[in-house]
Amino acid sequence: MFILFESLDRDNRGCLSPDDFEALGGLAMNPIGGRIMEAFFSSGQDTVDFSSFVRILAHFRPTDRNRNKEGAQQELPSSRTRKLKFAFQLYDMDRDGKISREELLQVLRAMLGLQVTEEQLQSIAERAIQEADLDKDDAISFDEFKKSLEKTDIDTKMSVSFLK
Amino acid sequence: MAALWTLSLLLSASLLGCLAMTSPDGSPLPHNLPPSLGTNISDGSLSVDLPMALRVFSMDYHHIQAPFEIVLWIMLASLAKLGFHWSGRVPAVVPESCVLIMVGLLVGGVIYGVRHSAPPTLSADAFFLFLLPPIVLDAGYFLPGRLFFENLGTILWYAVLGTLWNVLGIGLSLYGVCLLAQSSLGDVSLLHCLLFGSLIAAVDPVAVLSVFQEMQVNEQLHILVFGESLLNDAVTVVLYKLFESFLRLPSVSGLDVLLGGCRVVVVGIGGLCVGLFFGLLAALTSRFTSRAQVIAPLFVFLYSYLSYLTSEMLHFSGIMAIVTCAATMKQYVEANVSERSNTSIQYFLKMWSSVSETLIFIFLGVSTIQDIHMWSWPFVCSTLLLCLIWRATGVLLLTAFVNKLRRNAVTFRDQFIIAYGGLRGAICFSLVFLIDDFPKKRLFITTTIVVILFTVFVQGMTIKPLVELLYVKRKKRALPTLSEEIHSRLIDHLVAGIEDVVGYWGQHYWKDKFEQFNKKYLRRFLIRNDRQASSSILRVYQELERREQRGVEEEAPPIVDPRSQGRPLLPEEMESIRRILSRNLQNFNNKQTPAYSRHTLHQDTSVDRTRKPLYRHQSLGERYSYNTITHFQGEDGGLSEPQRVRTGLSRSHTVCSISPRSTLLDSSDSAGPAQTRSTDPKAAREDLVSPKHKETVERAARKHLSFVLENEKQQ
Repeated sequence: MFILFESLDRDNRGCLSPDDFEALGGLAMNPIGGRIMEAFFSSGQDTVDFSSFVRILAHFRPTDRNRNKEGAQQELPSSRTRKLKFAFQLYDMDRDGKISREELLQVLRAMLGLQVTEEQLQSIAERAIQEADLDKDDAISFDEFKKSLEKTDIDTKMSVSFLK
Repeated sequence: MAALWTLSLLLSASLLGCLAMTSPDGSPLPHNLPPSLGTNISDGSLSVDLPMALRVFSMDYHHIQAPFEIVLWIMLASLAKLGFHWSGRVPAVVPESCVLIMVGLLVGGVIYGVRHSAPPTLSADAFFLFLLPPIVLDAGYFLPGRLFFENLGTILWYAVLGTLWNVLGIGLSLYGVCLLAQSSLGDVSLLHCLLFGSLIAAVDPVAVLSVFQEMQVNEQLHILVFGESLLNDAVTVVLYKLFESFLRLPSVSGLDVLLGGCRVVVVGIGGLCVGLFFGLLAALTSRFTSRAQVIAPLFVFLYSYLSYLTSEMLHFSGIMAIVTCAATMKQYVEANVSERSNTSIQYFLKMWSSVSETLIFIFLGVSTIQDIHMWSWPFVCSTLLLCLIWRATGVLLLTAFVNKLRRNAVTFRDQFIIAYGGLRGAICFSLVFLIDDFPKKRLFITTTIVVILFTVFVQGMTIKPLVELLYVKRKKRALPTLSEEIHSRLIDHLVAGIEDVVGYWGQHYWKDKFEQFNKKYLRRFLIRNDRQASSSILRVYQELERREQRGVEEEAPPIVDPRSQGRPLLPEEMESIRRILSRNLQNFNNKQTPAYSRHTLHQDTSVDRTRKPLYRHQSLGERYSYNTITHFQGEDGGLSEPQRVRTGLSRSHTVCSISPRSTLLDSSDSAGPAQTRSTDPKAAREDLVSPKHKETVERAARKHLSFVLENEKQQ
């Protein structure tokens, strides 16, 4: 892992800066590349040191599921919740604990790009909030987020296998 | 009960028909081409006896014999299928394939009893050329692409290595059995055993499809078994032909074996390439079908069948070709072709594959009743046992390896179902008939039939209760909600980004790359210009909107339930709604027409005014919902050109008026703007050209506003 860190760290300062991330071409093409980058830099710091780098990447470790009983999927609450929290943070840029309509719109705009018109975007966002928003505060809180994804297999989706 | 009686009456009627009509002198194979169409054969004609006068009544059976028999068989098969679904508790216990085979057995028995000769059998040509392609095409078209590619490695692992393991295992151990039972089985050589192994080891897609589809297990398991059964065709075909050619060669060298191995690769990849080629061609052709929509579905079938035939001609794997063709062309064809054509394609596919499958099973039953059976207890029993044992061990071993590389381990329960769900079917049956004649061929035929019957009956019937007993994870039934889709997409992008950071070229990386390539080149080339956009989020959204418009609560998308009844039809009250709507619209129309002209306000000259009213009524006819009302209000309310928001709207409307069929895009757009419309009319008012226009539009806009609000309250 440290080798990886060093290979990313272009100027060998022992920590990563935004330019190192931007040098990754694929990330630049990624619609949410900017947000992913920002997720690495927590709490307004300019650089990422090795320990925080590893901590972030640890979110993507495949979870070890012991299945004694089929049917009721025993989720280790920590890891799935942590993964979901990470994903939640990608939406919630101002860290107020809720995904507002504007934040959702921004993400949608980034992902759907020029494929849709503005009204469609609005209505998609509207509908998404309608579906998930249970306490009718016009924003999606973390619990609502978690609930809307309860049927999705987050553990396998958000795992990069070599990080085992 | 009454239905049951009528159906059984009809069934027996057609049965008698089959019996009576088949001429006693060696019944022809039911799929012979009609012998001579032009000439008038009056051999078997009865006639009223009027000497030297005109025959008033005559019957000429030979003239229509072949098509008549074909139709009778298909009728028999379909009636049997109908009867099965009406027979109360039977569908819950017995899978359809079993019932059909039993009906076939019955029919075969009756025919044999009456005529004391073998009933018509399924010729291998008819099977491979006519009966198998529709089923595989249907499977390929509705293949869940994403799931398939995610599990592709595992599927290939099972298909290639698993089949090899099974073939070699069964072949070699059967040879051992033959050696042991020298007295009765001494003349079965090693190559014969291997040949037999190669045809009996392959899992059959038809049988698997019919049994698994009723089971509704979780999609991953389904795609594993099903994908394996599709892809092992390449291996089976090659091994079968290989051993057959070995049998003809005087001696077999190591080089031949090596070449055989290369052949597997060539056959597989060849099939893939042929399929890709025809798939892309079909996609391209569908791009230009806008002016002749009625034949658009035909191209799907023609190109797929062509790909199958071409690869069969080149001795590639036909199944792989047709599956690849269907899977490739699907997304482009669906985008290019109108919604009705899409529906027709899907329904025809389902219908044809259903008929094919039914026919196959019935013929399996019928062909069992023959007098060419040869029985040998040790051979048959050992084959059965060995099939089970080798499949089980194969699955266990392979899964142990593959689980280390997978993110999502295949559990023991799933493994059990995979091993147990290895059903054999009609492909083995046809292949065994194709073997060159040798003394023990009849034994092989008998054994094949026994294995097929055993797997379909015993395994087919018991797998459903086992699935429930073992708590195997079942399929999710609901369409993903929009939030699910959005968040899933986000997470996909996220993981792709992380994989980038980590430098790991995982699945997401390749998938992203492919999507970019797809978007940049393929879609632009293969999809009509006005239909380009469609991300999965958008598609889910449109689908959800469409469902809401129809006001039907569905619990599963139609893809999930392939063979049972389709979507519930639109209720008749839609008729009255339509009438009300059109009446309202007339009023709107009459008010708007003299008041202003779109052309003076809009720079969009491509909009044809005369088309507009026509289009409105047309779309009413196709999309009966309140959304169309809001749509029209919207376009009248959204007049001002300079506002960027409006151009988005007008663009979509322009598109829709030029191509009046694409009401799908239109009404989903309208659903969106409907909600934001309440604020728009106000803004629209400022940009109007003349006060008079302003006034009328204001009035209209206010009406729209109230109407919109009303509708939203209803919502």
